[in-house]
Amino acid sequence: MNKRQPAPRSLTAQLDRLPQWPLYLGILLLYPLLVYPEKVLFQWTEISVGMQLTYIFIYAILALGLNVVVGYTGILHLGIAAFFGIGAYITGILTVPAYPFGIGFVGSLICASLGAALAGLLLGAPTLRLRGDYVAIVTLGFGEVTRFSLRNLEEITAGMRGLNPIPPPTLPAFLATPLSWLGIQNDWALDYRLFYYLALGLLLVVILLLRNLERSRLGRAWVAIREDELAATCMGINAARVKLSAFALGCGLAGMAGCLYATALTSTAGPDAFDFSRSVIMLCCVILGGLGSLRGTLLGVLLLIGFDNVAAPALDGFLQRANINPDDNPWLTFSNWKLMCFGLALILMMRFRPEGLLPSRQVEAELHSEAQLHREGASI
Amino acid sequence: MTPALLLAQTADIDAWQAFWQYALIGLTNGALIALVALGYTMVYGIIELINFAHGDVFMLGAFLALTLIGAMGLEQAGAVQLWLGIGLLFVVVPLFCAVLNVTIDRAVYKPLRNAPKLAPLVSAIGVSFVLMNVGLLWHGAADKHFPDLVSRQNLLGENAAIEFSYKDLLVIGMTVPIMIALTGFVKGTRLGKAMRATAQDPVAATLMGINADRVIAVTFAIGGALAGAASVIYGLYINTVGYQMGFTNGLYAFTAAVLGGIGNIPGAVLGGLVIGLARSFGSAYVGERWTSALVFVILIAILIFRPNGLLGARTREKV
Repeated sequence: MNKRQPAPRSLTAQLDRLPQWPLYLGILLLYPLLVYPEKVLFQWTEISVGMQLTYIFIYAILALGLNVVVGYTGILHLGIAAFFGIGAYITGILTVPAYPFGIGFVGSLICASLGAALAGLLLGAPTLRLRGDYVAIVTLGFGEVTRFSLRNLEEITAGMRGLNPIPPPTLPAFLATPLSWLGIQNDWALDYRLFYYLALGLLLVVILLLRNLERSRLGRAWVAIREDELAATCMGINAARVKLSAFALGCGLAGMAGCLYATALTSTAGPDAFDFSRSVIMLCCVILGGLGSLRGTLLGVLLLIGFDNVAAPALDGFLQRANINPDDNPWLTFSNWKLMCFGLALILMMRFRPEGLLPSRQVEAELHSEAQLHREGASI
Repeated sequence: MTPALLLAQTADIDAWQAFWQYALIGLTNGALIALVALGYTMVYGIIELINFAHGDVFMLGAFLALTLIGAMGLEQAGAVQLWLGIGLLFVVVPLFCAVLNVTIDRAVYKPLRNAPKLAPLVSAIGVSFVLMNVGLLWHGAADKHFPDLVSRQNLLGENAAIEFSYKDLLVIGMTVPIMIALTGFVKGTRLGKAMRATAQDPVAATLMGINADRVIAVTFAIGGALAGAASVIYGLYINTVGYQMGFTNGLYAFTAAVLGGIGNIPGAVLGGLVIGLARSFGSAYVGERWTSALVFVILIAILIFRPNGLLGARTREKV
C-alpha cells in the first residue's frame, strides 16, 4: 500500500538528480583561496566567515556524532556537550605546557576521541537499557555532572579559566612547500586557512565513514533498533551491544570535535562552554536538518550555527553602526533572541515537519505512511 | 541562601546541633523542591511527558512576583499592606502560572498526543528555551535581588541553638497545607478520581465517560499553580532570582519526582525532602560547590538501580 507511482520528471527534477555535493565541496575548497583576506565581507560583517566556517566544520562533526545516537539509533542524548568537553579537556591536558605530556595534535586527537568514546561506553553500558525518556535524563544529568566536575576539579582543569595555551599542530614538512604555492602561510595563529582545511578534511573523513556505516550491517541494525527494538531483537540483533556501539561512536566523534575545537581556540574554554544549552543547540541542528540524515544534519549545522556565530553578531553589529539601538535596549539585539529561535525551531519542527528539512528517505517514507495510516484510522 | 551562611553566626555550636540545623534547612528546601516536583510528577502520571518547561514556568512566576512587588511598592509598605500584598501574590502568581501551563499544553503538547514519545519531549525542551528567553528579556541576564520582605528573626529566641525564622515558617506553613489540600483533592473529589483513572488507563477512562482533555488541562493547571506558589515562596525565601533558575531548580525537582517514583504524588514529596536533605548535608559535609553534581549523581544512580523510585510500583514497562 506504500508504493507510490513515480511522478513524471520535469527538467528541474532531473537537474535535482545530479549530485550536488561536488559543487558545495568545490565552493568550500576554493572560498578561502579566492576570498583572502576577506576584506569586503569583513568590513560589512566584522566577522571572518572563513574562521567561522572552521568552527561550523567542527560543530558539524559534533552534530554528526549526535546524529548517530539520536538520528540513527533513536536514543535521545541530551549531554553531547559533555563529551565535546571531555575531548577538549583531554586535548588540553595532553598538550598544554603546564602538563608534562605535550604529545601534540595527532596524539591528542586520537586520545580525545578514544577517551570520549570510553566515557560514553562507561555511561552507556548501565543506562542504555532504560527506556527512552529516562536515558534522556541520565545523559542530561551526566552532562551537568561533567560540567560541575570540570569546574570544581581546579587542580586538574584550572577551573573557570580553562587550560591554555594549546599549541597548534605541526605541519608535516612535505606540505609546507605546496601550501606556500597557494599563498598559505605556515602560521596557525595568523592564517586561519590551515585549520580550515584541517577541519574540513576531518569532516570529510567522518562523512565518508558514516556514509559507509549507514549502509553496513551495523548501520542497518541501528535503524532497526530505532524503528522497533523488540522486532529487531527478534531478528537476532543484540540490542544492548548495537545501541552501545552507536552511543560510543557518537561520543567518540564528539570527543574528536572537542579536540579540534580546543586546538582551534588554543584553549579548552571554560566549563560553561559545554553546558546543557550547547547540547540542545546541537540537538536542534540534527532535528532541524532531519534525524538520521547526513545531508540534513550538515544543513542544520550550517543554518543554526551559522545564525548563532555569523548572522546574529553581524546583524547586531549592523544595528549598532546604524545607531538603531542607542539606549542598548535588550529587545533590539539578535543575540538576545537566540534561545527563542532555537526553542521555536524545536517546537515548530516537531509540530509541522518532524522529519526535518532534508530528511533521509527512510524516515520520510515512514512518517508519511504513518500519517496516512492515522488519517485512515481517523476517517473510520 | 547558603546553609553555610546561615550557620556562620552559630559557629560555636556542637556537631549535633549543626546536624539538626542542616536537617531543618534541608527539610525546608526540600518542601520547596517538592512543590515543584508535584507538577512534574502529576503531568507525567497523566500523559507520560517530562515537562521540561515546568521549571521555566516556575521561573516566570518568580519574575511576575518580582515585577508585582515593584509595582505595588511592597518594600516600603507597612505591615498590614505587606501581608495583604504577599497574600495577593499567592493568588495572582499561581493563577498566572496555571494559565500559562494550560496554554502551553493546548498550543504545543496537545497536537502531539499521538506522535512518537520523544516528539513532545523535544517540544518541551523547545518551550523551555522560549520561556527562558522571555525571562531573559523581562529581567535581564544577571541574577536579581528579590526583596527581603519576610523577617529573618529567629522564632526560637535570639540565642537558641537552632535557627528557625519567619522565613522557614512561611515555607512550612505554605507547603504543608498545599500538599494536604492536593492529596485531599486527588483522593476525595470526583475530578481527582477522574485524574487517577486517566493516569491508570486513558482509554478505559475515556470509555467510562471521562473527558481526558479536561483532566489533562486540570492537571496542567494544578501543576502550574503549584509551581507559581513555589516560585513566590522561593523568591521570599532565597531572595535571588534569575532567568536560569528554572532550569536548575526544575532539574532538582525532576530528580525528586524520579526519586520518589515518577507519577506518584506522595513519592514526589518524599523525593523533594530527600533531595533537600542531600543538598543541605552535601554542602555541609562534602562542599558547597559539589552539591549540584551530587544531586545529579543521585539521579543517575536511582535511574540505574531503581528506576521505579522509592515509592513507585514495579511495572514491567518502565525498564
